[in-house]
Amino acid sequence: MKKTYKIEVDCANCANKMEEAACKTPGVAKATVNFMTLKMIVEFLDGHDPKTVMQQVRANCKRVEDDCEVYL
Amino acid sequence: MNKKQRTMLARILVAAALLVALHFVPATGALRFLLYLVPYLVIGYDILIKAAKGIRNRQVFDENFLMAIATVGAIALALYEGSGDYTEAVAVMLFYQVGEWFQSYAVGRSRRNISELMDIRPDSANVERDGALVQVDPDEVEIGSVIVVQPGEKVPIDGVVLEGASTLNTSALTGESLPREVRAGDEILSGCINMSGLIKVRTTKEFGESTVSKILDLVENASSRKSKSEDFISKFARVYTPAVCIAALALAVLPPLVRLLFLGLPAAWGTWIYRALTFLVISCPCALVISIPLSFFAGIGGASNAGVLVKGSNYLETLSKTRVVVFDKTGTLTQGVFEVCGVHHCAMENQKLLEYAALAESASSHPIAKSIEKAYGKPVDRSRVQNVQEIGGNGVVARVDGMEVAAGNDKLMERLGVPCIPCHSVGTIVHMALDGKYAGHIVIADVVKPNAKRAVETLKRAGVQQTVMLTGDSRRVAEQVAADLGVGRVYSELLPADKVAKVEELLAEKPEGAKLAFVGDGINDAPVLRRADIGIAMGAMGSDAAIEAADVVLMDDDPMKIAKAIRISRKCLRIVYENIVFAIGIKIICLVLGALGLANMWLAIFADVGVMILAVLNAIRALFVKNL
Repeated sequence: MKKTYKIEVDCANCANKMEEAACKTPGVAKATVNFMTLKMIVEFLDGHDPKTVMQQVRANCKRVEDDCEVYL
Repeated sequence: MNKKQRTMLARILVAAALLVALHFVPATGALRFLLYLVPYLVIGYDILIKAAKGIRNRQVFDENFLMAIATVGAIALALYEGSGDYTEAVAVMLFYQVGEWFQSYAVGRSRRNISELMDIRPDSANVERDGALVQVDPDEVEIGSVIVVQPGEKVPIDGVVLEGASTLNTSALTGESLPREVRAGDEILSGCINMSGLIKVRTTKEFGESTVSKILDLVENASSRKSKSEDFISKFARVYTPAVCIAALALAVLPPLVRLLFLGLPAAWGTWIYRALTFLVISCPCALVISIPLSFFAGIGGASNAGVLVKGSNYLETLSKTRVVVFDKTGTLTQGVFEVCGVHHCAMENQKLLEYAALAESASSHPIAKSIEKAYGKPVDRSRVQNVQEIGGNGVVARVDGMEVAAGNDKLMERLGVPCIPCHSVGTIVHMALDGKYAGHIVIADVVKPNAKRAVETLKRAGVQQTVMLTGDSRRVAEQVAADLGVGRVYSELLPADKVAKVEELLAEKPEGAKLAFVGDGINDAPVLRRADIGIAMGAMGSDAAIEAADVVLMDDDPMKIAKAIRISRKCLRIVYENIVFAIGIKIICLVLGALGLANMWLAIFADVGVMILAVLNAIRALFVKNL
């Protein structure tokens, strides 16, 4: 399953870091952060609930870049 | 400017003013330190806080952390050496923030500009309710509703015109402001602008499925498919910062130790730590990281404005490396409609022969029959036709005005025992016999698009080394068209499956690194579009299948757009490479100068911020594609 989330982040490198963090989150098959459109496209692995996975994604993103937001 | 940017600008101005003012204050010692601490904290408090949070989260190569270390280090050095030169630390922080502010402003600006450029999203639809026009959200309009489009408004949803006639401006979809006439019964696409008359439209799709929504969706998500250059840069950034930091550490520790232990010189810790701190200032990878996706975003935005939809940054990159272009003939280089292009060896008036042909073929729905009817140009009176006999694969024989009219190929003439004159023209030949006597023949051919020849030439000029045409048509027709247009190689009499095999063959024989593009109309060549390195569908306005299967979609069917698409991609990629080389080059030069002690922190921060500004401005250039 693929879902798109709106994000808020200031610098391009931070967006890359968020992408890396999101990709490493359990339950995420693939994540792409589009800095220009401020969107995060997340592909979930089967059998994972997007809601709970996204909570973790958000926390992981906050850990690598404090000044960011993922709108769930 | 948003709120964040406004506050930041205020902080920058206050800190800069304080810094200038302090220059004239003759304070010394602890007082001087405390005074300089004020602008430093004004401009850098958030960086310090973020750096602290970064340490807590074990993100040591965070750029905030690096800036904090560099500036705090410089202040500590000034204290230790008793020079009282705190200006540098404050200025470095100040310029860093100016750079960040500019980046945020420029990115926001271009984000807005590009979205405005692509702003073809209609805001509302007019629905008639109880005799009055009501504006509603296009999302709420159901399939089959009747909407009213007034002059000057955008058509919000795909549909069919019920009432009224008007001229549409399709430039938002095709990039060409060629007006298109519509009347009742015509299909109408969302995104066009109604120029002249009021029209009523019955919707045939939901808003989300309409052309305009599909295009927007496609373009907006295009930059999510990342190119190799973008991957390279994010990987580079991941290695670059730690590498520079380790180099900085080595620079701070090793030379003094070597001097002390082996050369018997004083350690000069201050000098080397200062040089190391300069390294940290240059270690931020932001200029690189921002300019590459921004270039692609601008390139895709500019292309879509010219009627070329590129479905991803990766496709833009591949497109720029196109060396082989394979065309499908029908619908791509030719119009895909048959037209009568000549009447030969005719004993009577040409128009008269066409009339008999049209009458004899009047029962047929074959494209050939349609084209004869079209060439005849008048309504056909079917009551004049009797005893129509279709002879499969040969033609028709019918009684027209009491005369026996035979229209068909040479086999039919042979069958009827009429000697016929073979034709030298390329195309489908319809021989005619009236009452058993040969009356001449009509030549029908698929017409080459007006721009096709020029398009092939422009492609060659744009650096395409090989042009190939594939067609299901007969060899003679294919070779004639290819020769007319200057297409290098031609493969004819191919079934759809053969086309895939041919493209695979061509893919195997092309040189390493060169890419193969296939151009088709997307109707029955979807498998070939997918198989090629890059599939270009043209004339896709309103064809979902084509938009689905292709990587690059040309909204109108002008073959000139193929070369334009390639040139747009070349320009964009050139900008990307310029930015990569420029940004990495300047950083390396600064690192070398810094290590040698030739660059101070001022130069380092100027280089860092300056490179970023130039890279961003250069990236924006990718947006301008009108004159390509």
